[in-house]
Amino acid sequence: MLLIYCPYCQVERAETEFHCGGEAHIARPADPSKASDEDWVEFLYMRTNTKGIAAERWRHNNGCGRFFNAVRDTVSDKFLKFYKAGEPMPDLEAIAKEAGK
Amino acid sequence: MSDLLASDLITPDAGESPLLNQGSVSILKAAPIARLSFRAREASLKAAGSVFGAALPTTPLACETAVKRAALWMGPDEWTLLAPEEDLKEVFEGIEAKLGDEPHALVDISERSEAVIVSGEKAVWLLNTGIFIDFSLDAFPVGTVTRTIFHKSPVMVWRTGSDTFVVEAWVSFMDYVAGLLVQSAQELEAA
Ligand SMILES: [Zn+2]
Repeated sequence: MLLIYCPYCQVERAETEFHCGGEAHIARPADPSKASDEDWVEFLYMRTNTKGIAAERWRHNNGCGRFFNAVRDTVSDKFLKFYKAGEPMPDLEAIAKEAGK
Repeated sequence: MSDLLASDLITPDAGESPLLNQGSVSILKAAPIARLSFRAREASLKAAGSVFGAALPTTPLACETAVKRAALWMGPDEWTLLAPEEDLKEVFEGIEAKLGDEPHALVDISERSEAVIVSGEKAVWLLNTGIFIDFSLDAFPVGTVTRTIFHKSPVMVWRTGSDTFVVEAWVSFMDYVAGLLVQSAQELEAA
């Protein structure tokens, strides 16, 4: 079982307390009424589907209930970083290098 | 039980017979209590705590208790406030009057859940049959409170003594939670 660190509760908990919310840092169109159909398709459906180091949204649904972000290696399933929602996306390349990828 | 945290608030229901009463662990239904879900921003916490009677903790998984009051940290902007049933109106109206137009949410959730008191030297062992949390006193000291999952049911676990836990579950899930606890405890007798 995966152990996941919640940056709000500040504890590591079992995966069963969490829910993955997909790719992180996807910005909603700033002015929705001006967004074209293609913009919406891009926003709603198009994902990077990274094989390797990726930033994802996670929710501590059976805990504090908050969304946060995590950097995970989608190949090894290893978590490399956890950070609060609203914080900027970390340098994924630097994290990958540090992890020896 | 007098040395237990919030022992004036969380008491066994006198009208109910114990769900389990073994030498090493017991499970007792807790008497009904007023529960309020409170959500607010940092600027409102002091005022809310002063009128409630116990400060609202900002440390994760912490609680603050006072005479017949307990404020439990549920999340960075969410608390559960406990008080005796007869104080519900006073607490609710007191907080609403004090906070006025400040953005906040106060909801009476007294009826949503029920609590059992799990205590005894095997209490940790018993909870760990369905909860993946390290309940050693270093990792989970007395006073720690958290939501988690017990088998498939969301629960709230609050350690009120070194061998005593309050386990709260939604009313319709309590048969499942208490039933599995009682069933698992029978293994102790068989061993
Ligand atoms: Zn959390």
